Amino acid sequence: MSRDSRRTLFLVASVGFAALFLWGLAGLPDFGGYDGVYGETLNRVALRQRHATNLVAAVTFDYRGFDTMGEEYILFAAVVGVAILMRAQRDEEEDTPDDDARDRLTPRTSDAVRVLGLGVFGPIVLFGIYVVAHGHLTPGGGFQGGVVLATGVVLVYLAGRYSALRGITPGASAELAEAAGAAGYVGVGLLGLMASGTFLYNWLPFGTTGLLTSAGMIPFINLFVGLEVAGGFVLILTEFLEQTLVVREVDSGGPEGKRERDRS
Amino acid sequence: MDSLTPLPLAVSLLGAAGLTALRGVLGRRVFELAAVAVSAAVALLLAALLAASIEAPIVYWFGDWTPVDGVALGISFVIEPLGAALATLAAVLVTASFVFTWRFFDNAEHLFHVLMLVFLAGMVGFALTGDLFTLFVFFELMSVSAFSLAGYKTEEEGSLQGALNFAVTNSIGAFLILAGIGLLYGRTGALNLAQLGEALAGAPPDGLVITSFVFLVTGYLVKAAAVPFHFWLADAYATAPTSVCVLFAGVLSELGLYAVARVYWTVFDGAFAGHLPALRAIVIGLGTLTALVGAAMCFPQRHIKRLLAFATVSHVGLLLIGVGIFTPTALAGTLIYIVTDGLVKASLFFCTGILLHRLASVDELGCDGLGAVMPLTRVLFVLGGLGLAGLFPFGTYLGKSLIEDEAAVLGYPWVTWVFIAASVVTAGAVLRVAARVFWGVGPGDAYDIKSEAEGDEVQPEGSRGGSGSTPASMWAMAALLIAAAFVSGLIPQLAGRVEVAAEHFVDRRAYADLVLAGVPPPEVGLPPAESSFKGALIGLASAVAAGMIAAAGLWHMRLPRTITRGATALLGPPFARLRALHSGHVGDYVAWLTVGVAVLGGLMAVMMG
Amino acid sequence: MSFAPFAVAAWLFVIGLYGIVTSRHLIHLVICLSVVQSSTYVLLLAIGYRTGAAAPIFVDTKPGAPAVDPVVQALTLTDVVVGATVSALLLALAVQVHKASGTFDPDELDTLRG
Repeated sequence: MSRDSRRTLFLVASVGFAALFLWGLAGLPDFGGYDGVYGETLNRVALRQRHATNLVAAVTFDYRGFDTMGEEYILFAAVVGVAILMRAQRDEEEDTPDDDARDRLTPRTSDAVRVLGLGVFGPIVLFGIYVVAHGHLTPGGGFQGGVVLATGVVLVYLAGRYSALRGITPGASAELAEAAGAAGYVGVGLLGLMASGTFLYNWLPFGTTGLLTSAGMIPFINLFVGLEVAGGFVLILTEFLEQTLVVREVDSGGPEGKRERDRS
Repeated sequence: MDSLTPLPLAVSLLGAAGLTALRGVLGRRVFELAAVAVSAAVALLLAALLAASIEAPIVYWFGDWTPVDGVALGISFVIEPLGAALATLAAVLVTASFVFTWRFFDNAEHLFHVLMLVFLAGMVGFALTGDLFTLFVFFELMSVSAFSLAGYKTEEEGSLQGALNFAVTNSIGAFLILAGIGLLYGRTGALNLAQLGEALAGAPPDGLVITSFVFLVTGYLVKAAAVPFHFWLADAYATAPTSVCVLFAGVLSELGLYAVARVYWTVFDGAFAGHLPALRAIVIGLGTLTALVGAAMCFPQRHIKRLLAFATVSHVGLLLIGVGIFTPTALAGTLIYIVTDGLVKASLFFCTGILLHRLASVDELGCDGLGAVMPLTRVLFVLGGLGLAGLFPFGTYLGKSLIEDEAAVLGYPWVTWVFIAASVVTAGAVLRVAARVFWGVGPGDAYDIKSEAEGDEVQPEGSRGGSGSTPASMWAMAALLIAAAFVSGLIPQLAGRVEVAAEHFVDRRAYADLVLAGVPPPEVGLPPAESSFKGALIGLASAVAAGMIAAAGLWHMRLPRTITRGATALLGPPFARLRALHSGHVGDYVAWLTVGVAVLGGLMAVMMG
Repeated sequence: MSFAPFAVAAWLFVIGLYGIVTSRHLIHLVICLSVVQSSTYVLLLAIGYRTGAAAPIFVDTKPGAPAVDPVVQALTLTDVVVGATVSALLLALAVQVHKASGTFDPDELDTLRG
């Protein structure tokens, strides 16, 4: 279809689509008037049942923990997918990273940026671990904390060089972290199965509300999710960076060839 | 037995993660063996669960969160025969694919197996769950693994585009599902299927219920590839690796239809029961359109995988008709057809994989006569064509006859003709391919209707293309699957047994009582065995007609001038328009998706609002 | 005023679809897809909102005080992270398409006709 006929077709259809959507939305209770039975019940009982002050975490990792396991594996599948799609092809080879190459195009990062990056890296990692660990108490948890941890790693590249990034995540460590996190979640579920007969049963003692060691299994699940998310995002990052900075086509002969392709 | 429930899923997920962690350490052969072992274990566990569920359905609450006063706090798996059968089929096909690709990927491509196991887990969770949001999560899990698997052959341009089209359209389908879930949650405050059904029952459907139904069904139909959401399927199938196509054609699309049936019968039946005739008309119409468009696009293809892809679309249309009749007998017929047809299509894809491996091409004209060196594959391919037509004793004839009879009873006698037409054309295309490739029949160059997608740029999938003989791991899998389909029609009282399961499937109130209160469902007696002689006869006639269509396709140059000229004048322009619509452009696909949602919504609003 | 969040959700969905249909660049297309995804987040969160209620975090808030729905928040937060990785997957596909065919423009990709 030509561009115009495609657009016209869509615009006509979108009127019908929007009308349908708005008709459906009109049947919802007023904004701000939520009174659904699921949320109400959980707001009443979750604190007492699980000693977790962050009810969102209780829902994510306990009541609906099975869905979260599925979501975690979607992340896993997406990351493995990126690794598969970016894998080395027959006519490619690896070269020195662009930012290490002698004929690099962009200027080196300034010393100020590097010092700042070095200074901030530690606190960010610490903050990430804090967010992961306190997921059942305050807003946060494995997903958010894992992303913060991955950000720390990104910072090493942004403030420094690609080889520094590879230095702190050697070999398959990111992949290992990711796989360990994914397997860990299922492992926790199986432990629940063995301990009390149902998969993902929260069998650890619930402890005192408000302490780090409360809410049973939830902190451990948070840990595994944080590990997986951090590993996953670092893996995605290194794959993309490798693709841009390191991989070259064999017949185009090194950085010149890459610049040729970038210009076209 | 109940405690086995989470194991298939846990085993495949743990297997995937474990294999990822160990892939640097294990040798290639050990790795592949481990993958086969994991998927075989999953298949066995599911078979055990299937057997148990035939006795009595299993309800399993994760984390031991049993419902309180009809409010479900946790997530449940509800294992009943129809879903368990689909899950078992998925596991069997994954195992067969692993054996098929034994020592195929030679440069340490272990991540393929990992992703297939995650894909398997997605399908298993999808087929067994009793929670609407879990259905969405596993829909996404299946989809995301499938995107990368479809784009696996990264050095082929078409493969990447096909994967991109697949990814974009299916993601939009997923977002539509999520929107539908949001709407239902806003109204009922529930995510559990049984609880939703209870909450919606009794009240007539209003804008919100209709819109959420349209969104949910559209999302699932995008996965199932019903018209006009089907464009991505041919693109993705044509370029995905063979073992991946086997899963897509064998069970992935069918799971979309399963979801439509599941969601309707547990959630919406209470609300829509009064409007069933209107809904029936809409869905049967959609199914008919899909069946005919699929068949029309299937026949002119020369790219064998694309041909099979459109045959899949056409059969999805037939299955949609089966679901859209909304009776237990039709549902039983649909399940029998899904499983048997899935086995046949999987076997055909395996044969195509053998062609690719030996001849490095899936172009019908390019392979003209070259298949003569593969006598076993030749037989299997022809059997596949006959299975598609519905020849006795392939179970396909049984499934189709159940659906056709129900349709006739409800006032849709022409459905039988749609079934015949779609089966004849798709089977005829397959037989034509068999004749040309394996026997060299037919003129090599006179091919009026040209399809731009040729099968020659397809890259071989392993390092040992063009070798002297077909590895046993390959033809054994193809033979096994077609044999299973062949004997399925001979299982005594198959129709009756599946009908019992279907009766439970459609009983919304019993389902809700079972899930929310633990009340076991009422006994349903085995219906008397009915003769399916008429069905067998139709199957035979279809097979013969398919052969004639194949012959016409091969020797159409020899037909009298008047006929060919008349046919070209009459059918040429609409066919050309239809083929032009399949442009490979993702923007087109999304535009048609929007059109489909708007039309479906409009029809439902008019007939029920 | 009270219908505005839902209208925003519908608008985002439609405008995202429009972006995809008329896109001239694959990366733009992937971003539009995430716009469509964000419309579902807005919808979910708007459904769970309760006027005058606090977040369901009972550290400073007394237990028993009105709180918004924790379920939709749980659904959304996992979806956000997963959505980011799925976008990464699509971008990887886009990068590889560019490598194979030299273009990012969907109009120029034509190996899949018919």
